[in-house]
Amino acid sequence: MAIPISYNIRNLKLRKGLTIMTALGIALTVTTAVFLMALLAGLKKAFMASGDPINVLVMRQGSTAELSGGFDANLFPTLRTLPGIAKDAHGDPIASGEWVVVVVLPRKDGTGEVNVSVRGLMPEGLTLRPNAKLVEGRWFTPGQREIVVGKSIHDRFNGANVGDTMDFAKGQWKVVGVFDSGGTAYDSELWGDVNQIAADFDRQGGYASAYLRATDPIAADALKHRVSDDQRLKLEGTLETDYYEKQTSSGGPIKFIGTFVAIIMAIGSSFAAMNTMYAAVAYRSREIATLRIIGFSRPSILTSFVIEALLLSLLGAIVGIVLILPFNGMTTGIGNQLTFSETVFSLHLTWGVAVAAVLFAMIMGLLGGFAPAWHAARQDILTSLRA
Amino acid sequence: MTLTRFVTKSAFRNKRRSLLTVLSITFSLLLLTLMMTIWHSFYLDKGSTESALRLITRHRVSLTESMPIYYREKMRTVPGVVAVAPTQWFGGLYKDDKPENFFAQFGTDPAEIFKVQTDFKIPDDQLAAWQRDQAGCVVDSELAKKYGWKIGDRIVIKGTIFPVDLELTIRGIFTAPQPTITVYFNYKYVEEAVPFAKGHAGTFNILADSPEDVPKIATAIDAMFHNSPEPTKTETEKAFQLGFINSLGNVKAFILSICFAVVFATLLVSANTMAMSIRERTREVAVLKTLGFTRQSILGLYVSESITVALVGGFLGCLLAIGLVSAMAKAPGMGFFFLGMQVTIPTFLLSIFVAAMVGFLSAILPAYHAAKLSIVEGLRHIG
Repeated sequence: MAIPISYNIRNLKLRKGLTIMTALGIALTVTTAVFLMALLAGLKKAFMASGDPINVLVMRQGSTAELSGGFDANLFPTLRTLPGIAKDAHGDPIASGEWVVVVVLPRKDGTGEVNVSVRGLMPEGLTLRPNAKLVEGRWFTPGQREIVVGKSIHDRFNGANVGDTMDFAKGQWKVVGVFDSGGTAYDSELWGDVNQIAADFDRQGGYASAYLRATDPIAADALKHRVSDDQRLKLEGTLETDYYEKQTSSGGPIKFIGTFVAIIMAIGSSFAAMNTMYAAVAYRSREIATLRIIGFSRPSILTSFVIEALLLSLLGAIVGIVLILPFNGMTTGIGNQLTFSETVFSLHLTWGVAVAAVLFAMIMGLLGGFAPAWHAARQDILTSLRA
Repeated sequence: MTLTRFVTKSAFRNKRRSLLTVLSITFSLLLLTLMMTIWHSFYLDKGSTESALRLITRHRVSLTESMPIYYREKMRTVPGVVAVAPTQWFGGLYKDDKPENFFAQFGTDPAEIFKVQTDFKIPDDQLAAWQRDQAGCVVDSELAKKYGWKIGDRIVIKGTIFPVDLELTIRGIFTAPQPTITVYFNYKYVEEAVPFAKGHAGTFNILADSPEDVPKIATAIDAMFHNSPEPTKTETEKAFQLGFINSLGNVKAFILSICFAVVFATLLVSANTMAMSIRERTREVAVLKTLGFTRQSILGLYVSESITVALVGGFLGCLLAIGLVSAMAKAPGMGFFFLGMQVTIPTFLLSIFVAAMVGFLSAILPAYHAAKLSIVEGLRHIG
């Protein structure tokens, strides 16, 4: 027969101080792990949402990022006329030749300078990114030294409001609008006219990349292959979604350090939980013996103590997750090796993260609780009663 | 029985509990020492004396913009400048795009790069051989060890920024004071293969005459190109590296919050143990008092007992951290950030101090209660 769980709950309540301190220790470990997992989840969300499955990104063969591209502008008309590209209201193909460059801007909070991506695009570039919506001001006018800033840039840097001027490359740029693309990587960019940007950064006569909007996902796949297989072009097509998925790898260092920190802290917390459980067993050795005499079997005593340890860690997990709640949605930036600039993303506490955190805490509880529970179940009845 | 012996005996009277506490503190302090070491090497380390003499000039707009190569000759005219070597990040791929196969490739001028990087050692004949072969390269000794490269080997680097694949012959192996995971090759190779690369440099590495000249040189160079189409930003090598770390994100807050969580968790664990252990010995306290121990000495006994346990854990944690850091600093797959990192003596002492403080703080409250207890009450106490 199993020992009722209410017995364990009462015991945990009885030694309040001990329970709270141990649970808090587990909670802190869980908080750290959840924090890091939520960061990764947010990062993944930002990059996954950035790509559009029917947009094809074209770069020079061998280029791994838009920043390292560069192909002759003469190739662009050929690209535009490829079959499978969607047409706009005027019947023109939706294709945009673009440049991405990097400028250094100082952060608003004074924590140093940051690399920021500036994207030069054709008016079609706005058509093929319907997710980017203007929230303030207007879009840039081709031929003018005007830029629109992504929402994250607007929030994190000085002088990024409508009407401000920004100073980079060969002079001043007027901020004419703010756009929001729903937390994607584009929100960390400045957008302007491709010819103006090319002229300012001495990159006339070519494009770093071209975006082609296909009519549907199947056409996008065909378009991708058509571009890559054309021997004359020496270009390579990628689905925009694939390109951004690759960038989630910029979370690698966080993932590595996060896993490392979480494991080390978990080992420490497991030892602490073990200590608490050993103490719980020691205090109750007579009680355990009595339970045995009444007729509870060894396995049920073992189970009971393991359950108690798991309850303790569950409490820790709940406290740990609650502690992270105020930080949910907090934004931060991370350097991206591919674009060489900062991408802003937010801490994103998903159900997946919460479940992982609970499991993580349970493992700690199990590691810490099993040995003491084993010890409790193996106790000699007579010696325990005499103690 | 001396007091010291009494303290150590009682600290480890419940062996299992003390062992678990020590281990718990060990792992926490390992993490803390690691974080402090990273902090130290990022923000406090001033770099070697050779490094303090070096400056790096980049385009003011950002590192991805390049500057005309003729800037180099103008820079030489600045008083205090000893040598100037252009460097161009190639960013190519070796074998595949996996992070463990990542290393730096710089196009440079073989005639001058080692005059700037004075702390890089290369045999004269190897340097001369490299200078004679335009398709030659020199490689970091640690990198050569990792891939088993020997002089005369050919390596192929696939271009990503530049549309050219480099086929390089290793002409020399240099040793740096800290591993650099770098390959230097002659920039002419790229210039001849890629028209748009001609006449440009991504950065200039400059060697100054004396540390006093360094700030003056930085100001003079930036002033020289201030009104040109390609303005520059010149900073010390250390400041340049710090810029990279800053671009990673808010590293400072990240490290600080981990440290805070670790210290607090350790404090909880240790306080928990001390509370348990002192409560168990309530009767013992009464006996000690009967024997004539004063409140202060009882307080002192328990506090030092707790500090002993914490110190053992702290010491073990530091030792583990030293081992781990030296392993990480040598691993070439870890990228640039851990290269040459080591646990310094101040970091070590600070960790030990934190451990001692944790021991002190965790015992003070339960020990105070124990010391205050009246003898009769203590003797009556049932375990």
